[in-house]
Order: sequence, then C-alpha cells, then structure tokens
Amino acid sequence: MDDYILEIKGVSKYFPGIKALDAVDLSVRPGEVHALIGENGAGKSTLVKVLTGLYKPTAGSILFQGKERHFAGTVQAQEAGIVAIHQEPVMFPDLSVTENVFTGHLLKKRKTGLLDWPEMRRITLELLARVELDINPDRMVSELSVAQRHMVGITRALSMNASLLIMDEPTSALSIRETEDLFKIIRQLKASGTAILFISHKFDELFAVSDSYTVLRDGRLVGSGSIKDATIDSLVRLMAGRSLDRMFPKRVAAIGPEIFSAKGLSSGRSFRNVSFNLRKGEILGFFGLVGAGRSEVMKALLGLDPLDSGELVLDGRRVRFADPCKALAMGVAYVPEDRQGQGLVLPMTIADNICLPQTATMARAGFVARSKEAELAKEYGTKMEIRAAGWNTEAMNLSGGNQQKVVLAKWLATKPRILILDEPTKGIDVGTKAAVHEFMSTLAGEGMAIIMVSSELPEIMGMSDRIVVMHEGSIAAVMDRAAATEESVLKVATGASTGGAAA
Amino acid sequence: MNDHNTGFVDEARLTKMSPARRVADFLLRWEMMLFFIFIIVFVVNSLLSPYFLDPFNLFDATFNFMEKAVMAMPMMFVILLGDIDISVASIISLSSLFMGMASEAGAGPWMLVLIGLAVGLAAGLFNGFLITKLDIPSIAVTLGSMSLFRGIANAVLGDRAYTKYPESFAYFGQGYLGESIVPFQILVFLVLALIAGLILNRTVYGRHVYAVGNNKTAARFSGVPVERVRLIAFAANGLAAGLAAILLTSRIGSTRPNIASGWETDVIAIVVLGGVSITGGKGNIFGVIISIFLLGYLKFGMGVMNVPGKVMNIITGVLLVVAILLPKFTDSLRARLRAGNAKTRVRDGAKE
Amino acid sequence: MNPNTNTSGKPGAANGSLSRNILKRRETTLLLLVLVLTAGVALRAPGFVAPKSLLNVVTDSCILFIVSIGQFLVILIGGIDLSIGSTMALVGMGTAMLNQANPAIPAWIFIPMSLIFGAVLGLINGGLVGYGKLPPIIATLGTQSAYRGIVFLLSKGQWVTANEMTEGFRKIPEGRFIGMPYMFWAAFVVGIIALVFMRYTRSGRDIYAIGGNKTAALFAGVSERKVDLVAFTVSAALAGLAGLLYVSRYGIAQNETASGFELQAVATNVLGGVNIAGGAGTVLGVLLGTLFLGVVNNALPVLRMSPFLQMVIQGFIILAAIVANRLMDKRRQRRAEGRGRP
Repeated sequence: MDDYILEIKGVSKYFPGIKALDAVDLSVRPGEVHALIGENGAGKSTLVKVLTGLYKPTAGSILFQGKERHFAGTVQAQEAGIVAIHQEPVMFPDLSVTENVFTGHLLKKRKTGLLDWPEMRRITLELLARVELDINPDRMVSELSVAQRHMVGITRALSMNASLLIMDEPTSALSIRETEDLFKIIRQLKASGTAILFISHKFDELFAVSDSYTVLRDGRLVGSGSIKDATIDSLVRLMAGRSLDRMFPKRVAAIGPEIFSAKGLSSGRSFRNVSFNLRKGEILGFFGLVGAGRSEVMKALLGLDPLDSGELVLDGRRVRFADPCKALAMGVAYVPEDRQGQGLVLPMTIADNICLPQTATMARAGFVARSKEAELAKEYGTKMEIRAAGWNTEAMNLSGGNQQKVVLAKWLATKPRILILDEPTKGIDVGTKAAVHEFMSTLAGEGMAIIMVSSELPEIMGMSDRIVVMHEGSIAAVMDRAAATEESVLKVATGASTGGAAA
Repeated sequence: MNDHNTGFVDEARLTKMSPARRVADFLLRWEMMLFFIFIIVFVVNSLLSPYFLDPFNLFDATFNFMEKAVMAMPMMFVILLGDIDISVASIISLSSLFMGMASEAGAGPWMLVLIGLAVGLAAGLFNGFLITKLDIPSIAVTLGSMSLFRGIANAVLGDRAYTKYPESFAYFGQGYLGESIVPFQILVFLVLALIAGLILNRTVYGRHVYAVGNNKTAARFSGVPVERVRLIAFAANGLAAGLAAILLTSRIGSTRPNIASGWETDVIAIVVLGGVSITGGKGNIFGVIISIFLLGYLKFGMGVMNVPGKVMNIITGVLLVVAILLPKFTDSLRARLRAGNAKTRVRDGAKE
Repeated sequence: MNPNTNTSGKPGAANGSLSRNILKRRETTLLLLVLVLTAGVALRAPGFVAPKSLLNVVTDSCILFIVSIGQFLVILIGGIDLSIGSTMALVGMGTAMLNQANPAIPAWIFIPMSLIFGAVLGLINGGLVGYGKLPPIIATLGTQSAYRGIVFLLSKGQWVTANEMTEGFRKIPEGRFIGMPYMFWAAFVVGIIALVFMRYTRSGRDIYAIGGNKTAALFAGVSERKVDLVAFTVSAALAGLAGLLYVSRYGIAQNETASGFELQAVATNVLGGVNIAGGAGTVLGVLLGTLFLGVVNNALPVLRMSPFLQMVIQGFIILAAIVANRLMDKRRQRRAEGRGRP
C-alpha cells in the first residue's frame, strides 16, 4: 500500500442546518500535486479550514503522516507541517518583507532568547531568490505591487517547511511569467517530497501542474482520479452537473453609433495615453495581465482615482466625472471587483442596497420614498433572480453569487447607458456565471454599452465584440472578436508581439 | 417581518418564530434592556427618597442634563459614522467665551444666541474640514482642537470670569414654559430630538449615515457623498455645542474657561450606552434618549442621597462597562433563539 | 553637553527589520524640529540652553515619557488608554497614603509596588478588552471614572501633602545617580526596555502585527487576547510608576492628580509619528514627541509667556503636527504612484 501523507476519511462538517462537508474522502501522496475542484459553496474552503485546524470536523478522521491528528488551531497544524496560502495574501503593510515572511514563527537567538533579525533576513533573501523576486527584504510591504505581495506570501509558506502545502487560487494575482515561476517552485517542491493541495478554477493550470484531482459538489465527493484521465468537460460536468457550452451564451446584437470615447488618459505610473471608444449595444472587453492598469483606468474615469490628463467625450460632449455620484447622474455605472468590500453595505437589507445610489434622487424633500424604493427593489431583485427569504434579508446573509446579483441589480436599477463591470464573475460559481453572462447579452441587445474588465480569457473571447488589450499601462491592441484568437490576445497582453492597433 | 412571496425563489426558509420566542427576542433588544434598567433606577430612587417622585423635582432634575442631551443628538450621528468628537466640551468653552465678550460689550440676549450658535458652527466646520478635506482621523483632529478651543478661552480669560449677562438671557437656561413647571430647556431638547429622529430614520441623509458608518468604501462607490455627510455631522455637532453653551451659560450665569470640563466623555458615554456602536453603523435614537434620562436620573438620585460626585463616577463607569458587556450575552441568546428555528442552507462566504 | 543627545546612548530605531529610509526621515525631521525649537527659544532667552535649564526640560519630561510608552503600546494595537491619568492618581494616592501611615516602609519598595499595583489595574482593562471584547475606548472610559472614584473613596477626599510624606519617599524621584535624578534613570530604563521589547521579542512584534493587520496576525497564530493583556497591563503598570513619581516629585496626592494626562500621552505619540490607527510607530518617535512637548511647556515661563497660553499652544502644535504629517504622507504616496506635484 502506498504511503499517503494525508488521508481524509469520511470527514463531515455540519453547522446548524447546513452540511458543509458530507463524508468526504481524499488522499494525497508525498510529492503529489492534488487538485481540489468545485464551485463556490461546494465545500473547498471548509475542507481547507478543517485541514488547517480552524474547524473541527463533526465526523470522520484525518490521518497525517500515518497518525490520526486533531488540530486545535492553525498553529498546531503549521507545526505539524500543514501550511496554507490563501487567495488574498495576508500581509502587514507597515512591516518589512522579512517580518511578513516570519510572523508567527519568528526566529530567536539561542542564547538570549531575543529575535535574530540578521538570520531571518538572510533566510528571506535566500527564499526570495528561489521565487525569483528581486527586492530588498527590508522594504515595507505597502510599497510592493499586488503580484509582489503574492510572491511574498509564497515565500512565507516556503519558510515554514511544509510537508503539505495548500494553495488556494495562487495565481489569481500573478502574471503569466510569475505563474510559470510558481509552477517551477511547485515542481521543485514535488521533487523534494512536499505534497500540494491545489485549488483553482483555471483548468489549463490544473492540467499543467497537477497529478490527481478531487471534485466536490454541495459538500460531497462526486469524483476523483488521475488528471490524465479527465477532460475539461468531464470536470465541469462533475462540478456543476451541466456541460460547457452554456457557460458563454452566444451573442447577437445590433451595434449602434459611438456613445463614449476616451482620448489620451494618463495617470502617474498606472497608465499612459489610453484611448478607446465605445458604441451602443457593444460589449467592449478589457483584457490584460495583473498590473496592466485596466481597473485603474476605470477608477480614474469615474473620479475615484486622480486623472492627470486626457479627455472624455460622452454623447459628443466633453465631460469630467468628479466622483461616482456625478458619473451616475450622467448614466455611467461602475460595478467594482470587490463586491463585499466595495459593492455592498453588508448589514443593510437587499432592498436598501439596491436603492442606495438612487435614494437621494427618489426622495421627496430629503425624505426617503419608502414605497417607491420597495417597488424598485422588487422589480430588479426579481429580474436578477436573487434567491433570498425576503427583500429585507441582510446582504451579509447571502451567498457570493447572490451578493453579486444584488450589486448588479443595484446598478441596473439606475438604468445606466454605460455599464462598467470589473471582473463581474470572479470567484462565482459556474451557474451564476452563466446567468450573469446571459444578462449582459440581453442588456447589450437592448442598447446598453458595456465595458467588461476581465482576466479570464475564455470569458473575454466569448463575450466581447471588441477586445482592448492592455499591457503595462498602455493599450497594446484593439482587436475585433472575429480576428482574435486566444493565442493572439495572450501574445499581445504579454508584450510578446504588438497586434494591429485598431481604433 | 414582511414576507414577499411573489415571484422569487426561496433559498433560505426561515420558519416563523413562535409568539413566545418573538416576545423574548424583542425584550432582549438593547433598548428594552435599557428601559428596564431605567425603570429600576426610578423605582430604587423613589424607594430611597420620598422627594424623588415629586413632579417638580423630576422636572428640575433635568436642568442638570439637558445640555448634555442636546449634544448627544448630533454626537449620535458622528459616532454612527464611525467617527468621534472629543472637542465638544471645549467648543462650549469657546462659544461661551465669545458670548461673554459680546455681553461685556453690551450685546442683547438674541445677539448672544446668534453668536453662541455661530461660534459653535464655526468650530464644528473647522473640525469637519480638517477631517474630511485632509483625511485625518477624527480622534487626532478633535484631540488637537480640544486643547486649541479651550486653550483660547484659557488664554483670554486666565483665571477671571465673565459674569455680566443680561437678565433676560437667563431665561434660556433657567426659565420655564409659561406658568408650568416644565423647563424651557426640555422643549429645546424635545424639538431637537424630534428633528434628529426624523433625519436619522426617514431622510436620505440618515440612510447615508448608516451606509457610511457600515462601509465607507461601498458607500462611496455607490455614489454617497461621503465627505459631505461627515462634514455635516461635525458641523452639526459644533452647532449643538453652541446651543448647549447658550443653555449652560444662561443657567450658571457666568463664563469660566473650565466650563463643561469633562463633558465630552459624558456625552460619548450617553450615546454609547444608548446602544450606538463605537465603530459605527449600528444604533438608533430611542436607545440614546432612554440613556439620557437613565444616566440623568441616576445621577440626580445619587445626588439626592448625597453620594459624592466621585463615587457617582464609579457607578457610571461600571454601568457603562456592564452595559456594553451585557449584549455580548444577550446577542448570543438571541442568535440561539433564532437559529433554533431557522432551516437555512449553506451560504458560502458567510462568516462562521 | 547638550542633554538632548542622551538619546544617542540608545540603539537607534534605524537598524533591524524596519524599513530604514522612511523611518530615518521621520525621526530625523522630528529631531531637527526639537533642536530648531530649542534654538528658537534660546534666541529670545539664551538662558534656555544652559545645562541646568535643559536638564530641567529633560527631567520634566520623564514622567510624561513613561506613560507615553504605555500609551504607545495601546495605540499600536489600535486602541487608546483613557485610564492612565486615573491610574496614576490611584496608585499615587495609594502609595502616598501607605507612606503616610507606615513611615517605616523603606522608600524603594514603593517602586516595584507601584508597578504591581498599576499592573493589577491594567489587568482589568486587559480583561475587559481581551476577554470581554469591549472596545478599548469604552473599557478605559469606564475604568477612568471608576478608578478616579476609588481615589476618592480611599482618601475620603483628603489630600496627602509633602509634610505627611517621609523624606525617603520624596527622594524617590530626586535622588542622584551619576548626576542625574532617579526619575531620569527610571525613564531611561523604561525606554531601553521598551526598545528591546518592541524590536527583539516575539510579544513586541505581536503587538505590531495585531495593530497592522489583525486578520493576518490571527492567522499567523498571534493571540489577540495575550496582546491585549500585555498592552494594557504594561500601560497601567507604567502609569502606576509614573503616579508614584508624580506624587513624590510634586509632594502632593489629591483627587485631581494627573487629570487629563492620558491625552497628553496621546499627543506625544501623535507628535512622534505613531499611527493613530495602529501598527506603526517607534520608541524613538515617542521620545522625540515627548521632548518636543517638554520644550514647549518649559519655554513658556522662560519666554515669560502666561501659563494660560500653554493649552492653546499645545493644541495648535498638535494640529500643526498632524496636518504636516498628513501632507507629507500624501506627497510620499503621490511620488510612489509616479505623479508629480499637484
């Protein structure tokens, strides 16, 4: 019998009224990369929390390195050799890289018991070299870019000498080159016997780097095996019970005249000389790697960030949006990427959230128009098929997919003429994704102009009429859907080639 | 609880709570607990002293805390926003200073009112601008302005005092409504409370305050004019401090630099005891109003029994701490009441 | 010799894990400000920079420095300790009364006693915040009132004056060692221990971690409860020591002793560049902030300015420092984003 480093047998985790995990089995060998696949809510994060000691399993057993283990907390799990790298790098912005790497397991000098900074610094430098991150370990993390911070997170995991490394969506913030560096590290770790539990939505990555897989759905194990024997379609079917082509509904729309254009937008180091135009009924995709500057352009457009220079023309008139309030007044709505942090006021009800941008305009003499708001909330909540016990349910009690729907409903209720979506389906399960895409198609068909910022190539390819590819702060190419292929878009996005720049 | 059951899908089926449970749930609310404590204070006080329940005494007692009550109204907004203002008592000092100066120069009572309000408003705007335009935490700014404002009074007056106030001016702080035993101050407070309550619960501004207090970023992204909302709150706080200054100065008839010393902590305590979360976003006006009278009559009762001021402080200090600790227990009780009924499905991303 | 340079005896904050450049800049600016201010005052009143006068400034600042370090720890974790003044008063009164009642007790015992007494009071705060999950401002607001009330109960409203204290007691802050008063050495020792603690011990770094990013710290296994307990206990212990020094130095223990001191301690921190939201700040900064305030307070009588101007000047300085800090931060941020001057 092979030596498994991790054996999960029949593990269940129940909460009052909820079965987050139901008799899940999973085994990982040393030196194996095991992919954990599933929609949001399938139980992946619960399983990770059980493994790292944050949750105690209601039933079942966990055998780690042959022994049955019960972890009382993250520290015990870490000491046993189980380390997790999370999607959002957990960092201390005002502390140095060295400190961020070593917090929680700071090294002490043997004699005095005091902290040994020179040694920690040396080790950090070594590890940074391994992940090919060339920065001074004394720098404060607040000065680093998002991708660099992510690499620091990985460095931290390396410093803890894990026997089982859990990686949760590790490449969501990384560029292609950094992803390849990460895969290199993963292969190194494999060779030295570390087992890796790899959670990702990106199928190409899973196929590139993993050996075996486990698919969860609704807390239950629905499939597992060797990755060689699987196809994207078989995996998606296991995940969602539906097949692939419903994910990106085909679009047919009449594209109207130009409604908006931007010329020569620049802002500090974030982006330079960005120009593009937008037509009615069109979905304009903005693709680029992390750090390309897409979200920054949108935020500056709306007045959330400063804009150094450039001209915006809406309906033939020059405009400037001082803040999202003014933009909204002119019919431009922005749906931010971070729905919980930036999109919703969690303790407020669904209805109040949906009506928030328009409370002032719907009010009479400063007083809230309650019945009007209730109607509006009901209309758009129903349109978006939000699933909840009532419109007075608090937003924080909804699932991620439903929360996204509330945010969308909120902005759609303002009846914008231009809708800017920033990563609209990031971190959302396949089912809701399809619904959102269908909705976007419908809106475009009704004449709305949509800008969609996305990092998922299939989504961009499937949904956009034209694709604006950004690379390191400037527009590298604007491609028509007909002319673009996944390869050509990627080549431009990485700067490997300059595609034809069309207006 | 309204049930909209047309046209949408039920994912979480919350079974209705039995009447008994709903009553228990209502009773465990903060405002109700406060109300109980208030009743207890009243009962104990009346048992301990025969003079307590005399209506004349009860009304007269309010003279001691109506000024703080007036300040508690906009302070509620500031704390709901997640901010804080520890300069309010110093604004009283500044406002009273200017009123004193004007009075020495011969100004009439209505002129004094105008000046008092204007100085308060100006001080509030000063705070507000530094906080919103320069994006400085409110604790830091009001820490500085607290010293600045009272310092100005100190610098001008030293150890002197203004005592020359026109006789008619005394009405604001000492007068009664017509021939009744109801002090004028109460009327001022009630009007203010009504306005504050309406604004908080029924207007756009109130909605904005809750949004900003809960999630400033989301509010900003949703088109809420965050900075203006905060500026208005601090300005209102200053204005109310000016109003309080009028009432207080008129009541004691003089201006000293140490007027209303330490009152900022009292006002904040009132608001927090009233159920407003210090981190913002949670709380309502009813709790604050109950809290005003609770603390006011508690102090009055203790005074009647000759409890020394410092010992009163112990009791109010302990009360504050206990009052905040208690909901930790009642909240988990209420959660258990509700969870015992609900059959809700998995919500991914929801907190544990 | 300029006593201001005594700071050079302590290990600088620039080594170790903290980002050297940024820190160097802020602390250097502060130091320059202190020196410039001193020089400015000296222009009008040359006697100000006489060794005796400067010594006065330093020793006057010692008590404030001690409590400022305590407040520093609490601010770092994102809180505030409003009970410092009341703790000073309570411990001060307690030790003074003990001394009055039992003159036979050797004076030096009061030092550890004040620390322990203060620590016990601090444990209450720490418990309320760490276990009761009370927001620090509320918890310390409550204990502020409570402790001051207990002072009254204890003393029954009576004062303890210099005559009622033993000579040994009164000597506690004033006795000399290598020419500097014990009070100074107390502050010195506190400063050194604080430096080592914050830089070289796990507990110290835990404090920065919790204040910098609580979620990340919890994930990394830092115990929030422990950090809260440590911060508040130390703060109150230091306040206890400061209280003892205060009553013995000024020869009086009464009800209003040290009223408002906690806010002075916040002011020194703010002036010293400690981030009021937590997670960033240095012992050196606190020291410089204290010195700054000390120079200002001492300059007034020297410049023959009315003592009634003290508060308004202090308020003005605090606001000016805060605004200046903020503008500098904004400029730095803009530069980091590659944008030129507005």
